[in-house]
Parts: sequence; C-alpha cells; structure tokens
Amino acid sequence: MPAVQETIERVRRIDVDQYKYGFVTDIESDKAPKGLNEDTVRFISAKKSEPEWMLNWRLDAYRRWLTMKEPTWARVDYPKINYQDYYYYAAPKKKLNSLDEVDPEILKTYEKLGIPLREQEMLAGVARPEGERRVAVDAVFDSVSVATTFQAELKRAGVIFMPISEALREHPDLVKKYLGTVVPSSDNFFATLNSAVFSDGSFVYVPPGVRCPMELSTYFRMNEKDTGQFERTLIIADKGSYVSYLEGCTAPMRDENQLHAAVVELVTLDDAEIKYSTVQNWYPGDAEGKGGIYNFVTKRGDCRGARSKISWTQVETGSAITWKYPSCILRGDNSRGEFYSIAISNGRQQVDSGTKMLHLGKNTTSRIISKGISAGKSSNTYRGQVMAHKRAKGARNFTNCDSLLIGDKCGAHTVPYIEAKNSSAKIEHEATTSKISEEMLFYCRQRGLSAEDAVALVVNGFVKDVLQQLPMEFAVEAQKLISISLEGSVG
Amino acid sequence: MNIEVRSMKNAAELALAEVFASAKATLPGNGAVAALREAAFRRFEVEGLPHRRIEQWKYTDLRAMLGEAKPLASAPGATAKTQARDAGALLADMGARRLVFADGAFVPELSDVTALEAGLTIRSMAEALAAGDPLVAAHLGKVVDGDGVVALNTALMGDGAMIHVAAGATVERPIHLVFFAGDDRPASLFTRSLVVIEKGARVMLVESHEGGTEHQINTVLEFVVGDDAHVDHVKLTGGGSGVVHVSSLMASIGAHARFNAFTFNTSAAVVRNQLFLRFDGEGTVAGIRGASLLKGKQHADTTVVVDHVARGCLSREMFKMVLDESSRGVFQGKITVRQKAQKTDARMMTQALLLSDECEADHKPELEIFADDVQCGHGATTGALDDDLKFYLMARGIPRKEAEALLVQAFVGEAIEGIEHAGLRDALMDSVVAWLRARAG
Repeated sequence: MPAVQETIERVRRIDVDQYKYGFVTDIESDKAPKGLNEDTVRFISAKKSEPEWMLNWRLDAYRRWLTMKEPTWARVDYPKINYQDYYYYAAPKKKLNSLDEVDPEILKTYEKLGIPLREQEMLAGVARPEGERRVAVDAVFDSVSVATTFQAELKRAGVIFMPISEALREHPDLVKKYLGTVVPSSDNFFATLNSAVFSDGSFVYVPPGVRCPMELSTYFRMNEKDTGQFERTLIIADKGSYVSYLEGCTAPMRDENQLHAAVVELVTLDDAEIKYSTVQNWYPGDAEGKGGIYNFVTKRGDCRGARSKISWTQVETGSAITWKYPSCILRGDNSRGEFYSIAISNGRQQVDSGTKMLHLGKNTTSRIISKGISAGKSSNTYRGQVMAHKRAKGARNFTNCDSLLIGDKCGAHTVPYIEAKNSSAKIEHEATTSKISEEMLFYCRQRGLSAEDAVALVVNGFVKDVLQQLPMEFAVEAQKLISISLEGSVG
Repeated sequence: MNIEVRSMKNAAELALAEVFASAKATLPGNGAVAALREAAFRRFEVEGLPHRRIEQWKYTDLRAMLGEAKPLASAPGATAKTQARDAGALLADMGARRLVFADGAFVPELSDVTALEAGLTIRSMAEALAAGDPLVAAHLGKVVDGDGVVALNTALMGDGAMIHVAAGATVERPIHLVFFAGDDRPASLFTRSLVVIEKGARVMLVESHEGGTEHQINTVLEFVVGDDAHVDHVKLTGGGSGVVHVSSLMASIGAHARFNAFTFNTSAAVVRNQLFLRFDGEGTVAGIRGASLLKGKQHADTTVVVDHVARGCLSREMFKMVLDESSRGVFQGKITVRQKAQKTDARMMTQALLLSDECEADHKPELEIFADDVQCGHGATTGALDDDLKFYLMARGIPRKEAEALLVQAFVGEAIEGIEHAGLRDALMDSVVAWLRARAG
C-alpha cells in the first residue's frame, strides 16, 4: 500500500498551496538599485554607516565572489539564477528610534505571524503562569532589523543582543575579532556573496560565566518583491556561558523565486554552550513548483574552547530549495557537537541538507539525528560528513538518518561521508529508508484511529527524537508546521 | 555529454593515447569491434583518468597514483608461463577447472578446457574478438554503463575468457580464472571477460590475480545472468607491492536469480574494485560481500553500485576492512531504487577495524530511493578492537597477539561465512590466519 490512496488524493488537492504566511504587507521601502556591483556593496555599507575596514572586507569578498562558480554538487535542480535581477537591499523607509515608531503595518505583520514583538503586550498579561519563559526577539524585515525587544533586561545581565549593523558601530572590536573566523569570506559561493552584501542580522555576545536569562530569537521575513535576504548572524559564547537562540523565517507567496543566502557563525570558548534552533518556513512555491524561496545557507559553529558544546536543531518545512549544512568544528578537547534535524518536503520542494562534524580535538563527541520525510513530488537528501582527524584521539560519533516516504513520486537520498584517520576514533552510522509499515497502521486503526490519525501518530513518533530537542515554544510551533506541511497525508 | 574536454593531459593520459594509436591496428577484432574500441577511447579521452575531483573517485586519485602509463604487455615469456603454472595455489583443493592467463594472454597448455560439462562453452576473448563471436556482438560493453576506466579497458582489451552456459545447464566444477603477471618488466594489462549464463543455469566462477612488479592492471568482467540462474563469483586480488589494480565487475541480472559475489584483497599497492550490478528482473536475491586486509602503504577501494530497476529484489551487502600500519581502506556503496522497484529490500553494512594510528578508513554508503514501498538501510562503523573483548580473552590466558588475531578472524569471518562453497570458505579463512601470522611475526 504505497501511502493511502485517499491520502494521495488529498495531498494533491491541498498540497503546498496551504502556506498560511503568504500575505504581503504594503509598506514603503527603501531599496538599493536592482543588481549587484561594487556600487551596491558601497551603497549597503554607506547605509549602515560602517567603518572603512568593513567596507573593504565586503569589497574583497565581492571581488572574490566574481571569480567563484556556483556549486552544482547538491541534488537540487533549479534554473540558473540571474544575480543581477535582485534587489540586494530593501528597508522600511522610516528611520526608527524606538519600538513605538515601528510602522504599524510591520507590527501587524508580526502579529499575524504570532511573534510577541511588543514586550508591553507580553507584560500586560496580568497573571503570567509561574516560570513562563520569555523570549527576546530581534525581528528582521526584508533586510533590516526593525525591533529588538528586552534590550534593557539583557543589558543588566551583560548580554549583547542587537542587530549586527548596530554592533558594528557600538562594539566594532568584538565584531572585528570574530566576524569571518568561522565562515571565512572565501568559504563558498553563497557565503562569499553574503559577505559582500549582507544587510543585517543578529549579533550576540554572552560574557564569561553568564547564563543568558532568556531565549533569544530572530524572526526573518522577506516581504519585498524580487529581494534577496542576506542576513548574517554571529553568536559568541564566552567562557562558561550559555545561550539558547531561536530562528524562524517566513515569506509571502510570490511567483518568482526569492533568494536567501545567510551566514551564521557560532563560537564557543571553554565550557560554553550554544543551542541554536531553527524553524524554517519560507514560502515553498506552489504545487507546480512555481515561486518559492531559494535557501542557500552556510551555518557553522566552532567549538573553540575545551569542553564547549554546540547544538543545532532544525525543522525545515519551507523553501523551494534548501541547501544547508549546519556544521560543528570540534576544535577544543572534550568538546561536543549535536545536530538534530527534521526535513520535510512536499510538492516540488528540493532539500539537500545535513551536517559536518569535524573532530579535531581529543575526546570530542558528536551526535547526528536526522529525520527526512518526503511527500508529493519532492526530493529530500541527507548529506553529511563525519571526520576524525589524526589528532582527535578518542573521538566518538553516532549518526542516525531515517527517511520516510509518503507516495511513490518522491525521492529520499542519503549520502554520508565517514572518514576516520586514527584508530581510537569510534564512528557509528546507521540509515534506513522505508514507508510507514502496514502493521503499524493496522495496529492503530484496530484501536479506532482513522487512517489519517494513524499516519499522524506514526510521523509524530518518527520525528519525536528531534522535536524533544526544541525549546518548548518552538516545539509547539514545529509540530503545527509539520502537520501543515504534510496536510492531507498526515491529517 | 556535459563534461568539458580538458586540454591539459598528464603524462599517463598522453602515453595511453600513444599506446592506443600504435596498438589499435594489432589488437584483436576488426569492423564492429574496432568501432567499439574507437568509441570507447573517445569517451576515455573526454573523461580522462579519474581523479579525486570526480565524486566516485574522491578517495582514490587514480590519475595521481598511476603517475605514468606503462607500455602494453607483450606475449608472455617462458618464465612467466612457468610461474603461472603454480599461481592460484590457494584454491588448488577446490577441484576447479583452471583457465590460465599469463601477462594478460590465454595459455591453452596450462588450461583445462577438455571434457567440458554439457552446455558449457569456453573460448579465449582474443579469439572471440577476432572471430566476431555473436555473443561479443550482443553483449560486450553493453551490460551496464560503466565509467572511464571501463571505457579504457574496452579500447585496449587484449584477452580474457568468454564463457557461455546454456539454459538449464549445471556446471559442476567451479571455473577458476588464473591471472598472473610475470616479473620481468612492468607493463599495462587490459584483460576482459564475458560470462553469459542462460535461464536456469548454474555456475561458480573464481578469479585470482597475482604477480607483477609495478604492473598496471585494468580488468573488466561482464556478467549476463538469465532468469532463474544461480551464479557465485569470488575474486581474490593479490599482486606485487607496486601493482596498481583496477577491476570492474558489471552484471545485469534477470528475474528470480541468485547472485553472490565476494571480493577479497590482501596485496598489491593500489586496488580499486568496482562492482556495478543491475537487477533487471523481479524476485532476485543477491549477496555482495567482501573483505580487505591491508598493511604497509596499501590502498584498497571497493565501490559498489547496486541498481534496483525491477521490483521485489533483495540485496545484502557486507564489507569488512582490517587496516594496519599506514594503509587506507575505502568503501563506497550506492543503492539506487527506481520508482518501479517497489518491495525492494536492500541492506548494506560496512565496517572498518583500525589496528594502527596511521591508517585511515573512509566510508561512503549511499541510498538513492525513488520508490516508497521499500525497506532499505545501511550501517557503517569504524573503530579499534574492543578492549573489553580483548580483556576477556587475555583474562583466560590468551596472549595479546593471539587474542587480537582471534577477534580479527571473527570480524572478517562474518563476511566470509556468506560464501556457499565450504572449501573456498576454509581457504579464505586460512589466508586470513596467514595474514595475521605475518603481522604477529
């Protein structure tokens, strides 16, 4: 029984057109001229009143980018991108001084998205349940950060959380010290492009010994037509600190393909920990594969200090094309990297995602749990590398990648690279691909569940290992997203 | 084709072009065979020698490893023939029918081609090519699409075996292809064999490669397996410490057949064993296994591509590597399940045992699935010998080296157990023991 016949029917009817965040907000925006050249780079840098070194850094990256070729090794197929056909900078026109000046249209947008942007509203809740966690939000609209909440409280803890453009002005030394040290500006085609034209993003610095008092969060939204969003996130956890960071993304429905090429750099020093969670829900395009976001993202964490830890959790349900490999460089002795992923593809989505765990330090450990679900006519690839260097004595890795297929028009692929260069490294990898077994469905149905509920139950069980890793607020949202993305096939 | 023609050729590629230009007039076969050679060489010229930028050769940079191309081997001399007489001794007890090839050429006086079982036909490939044998025309180079090194073999193929087993025939005695390279002058050998097994037939084919100094060996074996046939294939790769050995096995397998393949590597400097298998008919069961025992600076790469085209086939793969000193073991396995191949059951296991800190193990098990009603999985492990197990044995008075040897035997044994022929199984286990003894001593 290749999925339930009625399921297939329903998937076809409902499909991915159910994207509920596909509204457009009408606000005036300030755009750089279309296209990309040195002047665009200068324009963006000038808009941000950046220091001279930053402009030169961008120009270097731009010149290098001109010599690079777009990578073709991933299992994704898309028409050639005309990089001159995008706006590389779009910002809401009014200059903002405080949250009150934020265009009400934008605030309405975020309300529709359900982001608690206005902390007043949050605080207005008279009887907040005991121990409820609060989330500080940095909202990025098209290319520009529009509001960062809870600034005051974070400041008391010594945590710096602000748009990276602001950090460049207020903490230039910190930015200069870490920017591009994890993902060098020459790293790959998309990261280099980002280095040249990134417009904003979040900057986080957690001082030694501080446990960040709340979850930090960024919400990205691409609103303007023909825009590319190039945000850059830099998070530094100094010795013995801890921070949990959440990232969410949406975009309106548009016929053309919008480009998103972000770079995220994480640095943990001795005993520090960063937990980075993503719920990616960019517009995936319609059932015929028209429109949707091209999501070409470079995310990398550097466990620079001993006993430090970086954990990536991602729920990928959106984007027409996802090209993304959040990685960990396990440099410090006894450091640990984790990667938990749920990647769901439906319609004509193409996902090529995975991770790299590069073990360089002694007794470094890593764990990879990847769950791919493909439905419709989509293609879903896990691509990952685990490498234990000669010096990485006692390195340990466990990898588990499971794929679930719903329908016989989709593809699920697994491409792991496992490289051990010393005998004390212990690496285990397992992968399975299957459909939901008839026995499981039969068991559920026998107990009175409908076919759709049975599938939903099994899928939930399938992704449970990863969902558990998400902070609570996100876990709820992620679960909702999973059911929306697979609507019709999982009930 | 989408590949750019590289204008920069390295010394080996230039030498091969010269070899082809000067040898093509004298290589066996003309007409259709000559055209096949020309087309194959053009493909090779486009693709060049594989290097690490080619994904399937990521871990084995053949272009760099070959350095320069050796001249084509000339007809075997008396010494080579004498040495070839004793080659393949490991399998002497199997009672196999020996077909001996010295320096890539068939040696009838050392081969046993008399009293052939009913339905069995054996011919030398050089003869078949020259005579325009209809089996050559029907199948050679058409079984499974290979890669550039297969094309190079097609262009320069000299001799090998052409075996036909008629429908329903059971070949009782295993057939042993003994390939031996003499040690006078390093040369290039391009051997090519074609084995056609008709419906319901049964045969066991063993291949052993030995000898050579700095020889460059490129050998291709094509299998056409009919419906309900039962085929066992075992390949033992040995050879001198400077030998570069590239081998490609290509098989198209019919419905309800059984196909077992085993590759065993213990020597030669560089070994690349490629297996391309395609399941064309439903309900076939295949077991693809292998083991590599490496030391020194040896490099062995096993690359398996299993293509499930038809529904309801079952494939099991198990590969073991034991790596000592500064050796490097590579396993790449790709299972493709096409959309029509519903009910496929495919499992792949690859394991490496690292005995030294200088060695390296690389695994790349891949799944490529387009059908939903399937059970596919792969597993890969890398690590040293388990200290607890070693302790258990040593606590019972077994010296360290012996304890290690026992554990290695158990590790490799898991793959060897899959061989159906008891005598062969024992012979291979003996060879593992001999390898371990050489290590201990």
